[in-house]
Amino acid sequence: MLKRPHYAAIGAVVLLTLVLLNLPSHTAARLKLAVGSLFLPLFGLANSADHLANKAGDAITTRTELLRQNESLRRENDDLKLQNMQAQETARENARLRQLVGWKPNKPWKFKLGKVVLRDPANWWRTVQIDLGSKDGLRPNLAVMNMDGLVGRVSSVGLMRSTVVLIGGADCKVAAQVVETRDTGVIGATDQFDKSLVALGFLSPGAKLTPGQTVITSGVGGFFPSGITIGKIADSRQIDFGLSSEARVKLSANLSALDEVWVVFSEPNQ
Amino acid sequence: MSTLNSILILLFAFLAVFCESAFSGFRNLFGAQIDLLPPLMVYAALSAGLPTVTATAVLGGLFFDSLSANPLGITVVPLFIVGFLINMQRDLILRDQLFAQTVLGLSASAFVPACTLLLLLTGGHAPMLSWFTVWQWLVMTVGGTVATPALFLLFGWFDHMFTFRSATEMSFRPDREIRRSRRS
Repeated sequence: MLKRPHYAAIGAVVLLTLVLLNLPSHTAARLKLAVGSLFLPLFGLANSADHLANKAGDAITTRTELLRQNESLRRENDDLKLQNMQAQETARENARLRQLVGWKPNKPWKFKLGKVVLRDPANWWRTVQIDLGSKDGLRPNLAVMNMDGLVGRVSSVGLMRSTVVLIGGADCKVAAQVVETRDTGVIGATDQFDKSLVALGFLSPGAKLTPGQTVITSGVGGFFPSGITIGKIADSRQIDFGLSSEARVKLSANLSALDEVWVVFSEPNQ
Repeated sequence: MSTLNSILILLFAFLAVFCESAFSGFRNLFGAQIDLLPPLMVYAALSAGLPTVTATAVLGGLFFDSLSANPLGITVVPLFIVGFLINMQRDLILRDQLFAQTVLGLSASAFVPACTLLLLLTGGHAPMLSWFTVWQWLVMTVGGTVATPALFLLFGWFDHMFTFRSATEMSFRPDREIRRSRRS
């Protein structure tokens, strides 16, 4: 039998839930960030613990190991310098040709390095939070990548933290292009069982796709700059009675092991 | 139960949500993160009063939603339903029995994610659902089932550490003792 306190508790919870769910979206987002900021001391603590563990790891690294790493990095640096020289020459040539044709010159991307501080605790969303916010110049819909490829896009921005929707999530559709065939499509949801595979839909029925072809962002849509690697074609099939085709793309970035990501500051359609 | 117990429950809710977000070992291993809030609601409902149950559901739900892409407040309702129903029947439940803890933990851990998903779909949101979701739901259910008795043990240990035990009354009373002695 329900008593008065029971009715009061039910009433309070129902009222609170209704109020929260009917808040305007920007108020709800601010409230969410305010509640989430209660966790900031714990983030700080976790970061300090991580830093200490890294420091302890550095302290026990042997001199031989450090010298070996140093040598390897020096060689890599020399290689990259040569590649950079070649790329600069290509960029100059590209700029000259663009000027001759009268095309708008490409502006180089700017990057900001962020650390992934937490993942969505709910299993039905694919988001992470990074330690960059509006104080670092972030705004919604900026592309996020790591050294392997595209990771997702910034969906909401707080002062010191931002939420990134990962590629394959419901709110992260990406206009993509197959490098070898120039076929374009849209990256959609992840595979049912393998989270490293995403669907590439809206391809033309005549698209000649073979496993191993590279998929990059096409730049169409304005959110993602063109040329960021997404992954490689795993397989393809005809759908809708042969009216269109769909492919599965193996993502280059390992989204389960994200640690540091780069936020790309670029102009739309670049 | 003491105020300290209520504070510990709320503190645990806060830490549980943080750990679920910050540590992905379990998620990487099994493909799903377990949720410790349903087992906590079971414990709160069986060991504390209705105000603590309500506070745990509200604060736990808000903490969870603030770090998730869920709309703020959507997790409060399933958690409260679990806590309220168990709290209503707490006089009939043998809360110290492992079997009771396990069954309640299993029911709560199965109900809360399913109910949250139902509310999300009803509200017009589009969570990522596929056959893999069934696996994730099973992992969450099993994880919550195992976590419930563990939580009872943990809180029992805290209770033992931080609260004074009441002195047990004996049937022996010194003032009623019959003094036997030789008459001089």
